[in-house]
Amino acid sequence: MIQLSITENIHNWLFSIMPEGVASIVEMVLIAVVYLTIFAVTGLFLVLLERRVAAWFQLRIGPNRVGFQGLLQTMADAIKLLTKELTGTERADKFLYNLAPYFVIISALMALAVIPFTKEFHAFDINIGIFFLIAISSIGVIGILLGGWSSNNKFALIGAMRSGVQTISYELSVGLSLLTMVVITGTLQLSEIIEFQKNGWLIVQGHIPAIIAFMVFMISGTAETNRAPFDMVEAESELGAGFHTEYSGMKFAYFFLAEFINMFIIAAIATTMFFGGWLSPFGITESLPWLGVFWFLAKTMGLVFLMMWFRWTFPRLRVDQLLTLEWKYLLPINLVNIVVMALIVWLNLTIRF
Amino acid sequence: METEVVNTNFKSEEYFINMGPQHPATHGVLRLLLTIDGEIIKKVEPDLGYIHRSIEKMCERDSYQQIVHLTDRMDYLSANINNEAVCLAVENALQLEIPERVKVIRTIIGELTRISSHCLWWGVMGMDVGALTTYFYGFRDREMINDIMEETCGARLTMNYNVPGGLMLDIHPNFVKRVKDFITHFKTKLPEYDRLLTGNIIFQKRTIGVGILSKEDAISFGASGPVGRASGYSCDVRKHHPYSAIDKVTFNEVLKTEGDTYARYLVRIQEMWESLSIIEQLIDNIPEGEHRVTTNAVIKLPKGEFYQKVETARGELGVYIISTGTKNPYRLKFRSPGFSNLSLLNHIAVGGKIGDLVATMATLDLVIPDIDR
Repeated sequence: MIQLSITENIHNWLFSIMPEGVASIVEMVLIAVVYLTIFAVTGLFLVLLERRVAAWFQLRIGPNRVGFQGLLQTMADAIKLLTKELTGTERADKFLYNLAPYFVIISALMALAVIPFTKEFHAFDINIGIFFLIAISSIGVIGILLGGWSSNNKFALIGAMRSGVQTISYELSVGLSLLTMVVITGTLQLSEIIEFQKNGWLIVQGHIPAIIAFMVFMISGTAETNRAPFDMVEAESELGAGFHTEYSGMKFAYFFLAEFINMFIIAAIATTMFFGGWLSPFGITESLPWLGVFWFLAKTMGLVFLMMWFRWTFPRLRVDQLLTLEWKYLLPINLVNIVVMALIVWLNLTIRF
Repeated sequence: METEVVNTNFKSEEYFINMGPQHPATHGVLRLLLTIDGEIIKKVEPDLGYIHRSIEKMCERDSYQQIVHLTDRMDYLSANINNEAVCLAVENALQLEIPERVKVIRTIIGELTRISSHCLWWGVMGMDVGALTTYFYGFRDREMINDIMEETCGARLTMNYNVPGGLMLDIHPNFVKRVKDFITHFKTKLPEYDRLLTGNIIFQKRTIGVGILSKEDAISFGASGPVGRASGYSCDVRKHHPYSAIDKVTFNEVLKTEGDTYARYLVRIQEMWESLSIIEQLIDNIPEGEHRVTTNAVIKLPKGEFYQKVETARGELGVYIISTGTKNPYRLKFRSPGFSNLSLLNHIAVGGKIGDLVATMATLDLVIPDIDR
């Protein structure tokens, strides 16, 4: 319990040297700094990973000059974006235009807070964890809608409207496929869901309906993060850059980073809900909880790679086909699936070790 | 008595949007004036002139050898075939006897150009429907052709290999070997194209039944090349009016009847196989002989009107020369395939979504300098 004692020691030390109110504020700031660091590092790393993976798919080498294997490339890009001029359109709604990136980035940050990286390693562990995640991740679309609406550009507006219709539709599937798994666990709290998986990962426990739920979740999760093949929002061959056409510099980087963090969050939720979160396979490292970070990241990166694989091999759907897929296929499948799952749990047909 | 209910509160409003001249899907500086109702396209109006260089007017100033160089800059993806068109027109007018060797090499180079153009088109087609990876696969194979061209012609894009009377230079000693290497390479890579894009369910959903062009419309709009053939209109110039060494080989004119975006896609993929087979039939027996017949330094065409058409990667390219017997043409008119193919865009794109327009435009395979000249 190495890391547990570290946080506990810091907690005790802070409360011993200053009054309680100040100490809690300092502690909150510390946690915020830690999470902002995780946010930035994850975002930058994922951008680099995507570029390397894309290069690998596309018979290229990818960025490998700045730092070892190009590890500092995205850092350099971030510095470049920081120093760039923030441009905007003339008759844009300035207030909403400036506000939009923060909606996107804050929703991504807040969703990151409840994800358990390993035992006891999360900003807060609430009993409605899954519900919180679904609710928070739907705030991001407001930012995209605002950005597209306020930037006084028709391409951006079309992109934003597409985003609205897409995200709202696919949230149903994300929610329902997660609910299918909640039927087994009987709890919404992420830490308890992981405890529950000590008898076998949920995708094994729930076998057929769980696998269907996983596939539905990955499809709708990809759609919710607006990534190809569902990148209607920024379909560059149709809309230029979509909703962030008029954004530049760090405001653009916020949208860009948030997209990657959202991808990470979707993969992390899938890891937690289907693949046992930070639990090691067959409990091989159960005595060392801090190794959970390794297992969690390994599983998450595997799923992130899957999403990148989608992106670099599939063409893009058309906007009406996108809605057909959700409302005519995924949603009915999901509704049947949740009933099947309930039957399986009721008849005690789950597989447990 | 019937009264018409006019709902003014929820009237959907058509709006106007500029697609281009700087837009990723227009492949150059084409400007489309779109009238859109939500996502649905009501009207497409192409606006040309952003890359107009008055090539036809410049032709009236230049000698016939110089004109060949201008044609590279029209449809730069089938530069060699454009060159060939002008050369053939001039040679026919002068009634020059062209060596067999020249004819065979011209046909091989022409078919290589067609494959390289279709490779690029395939990559861009994938990119337009959202699959970015195809772009690099198409360019990988195009690169091999470019290398062959570089070795033989000295240039990779605007080759200027044909001159009135033959070829600028003889082929490079490595030419035959490298072309054979390319054929074996490309025969393993073309099925890869199918696995990556053709069989993809999303791609098929995006293209089947989109942008349907009937045979009658194809003829009345003057569609040619793969666009016309996908609608069942047999319009291959190589079949109907053979030129160079094309009458020595057997090949199939690829015809489809559906006329939709997917049919146009399949026609081009099939055409690459046909081009490969044409090259295969010719590459082993290039006749020996001169690579060029000597012409006068100043070519003067006899008085009269001359027309020559060839099949470029995009369709039928016509060269119409009016000569008054001087060293310059009195008037030279190019009938470019892209111009006619663009004219039917409004006809087939209306009623579709923005995504359909982009997919349809990709299969028309527009090269803007060809349209604007």
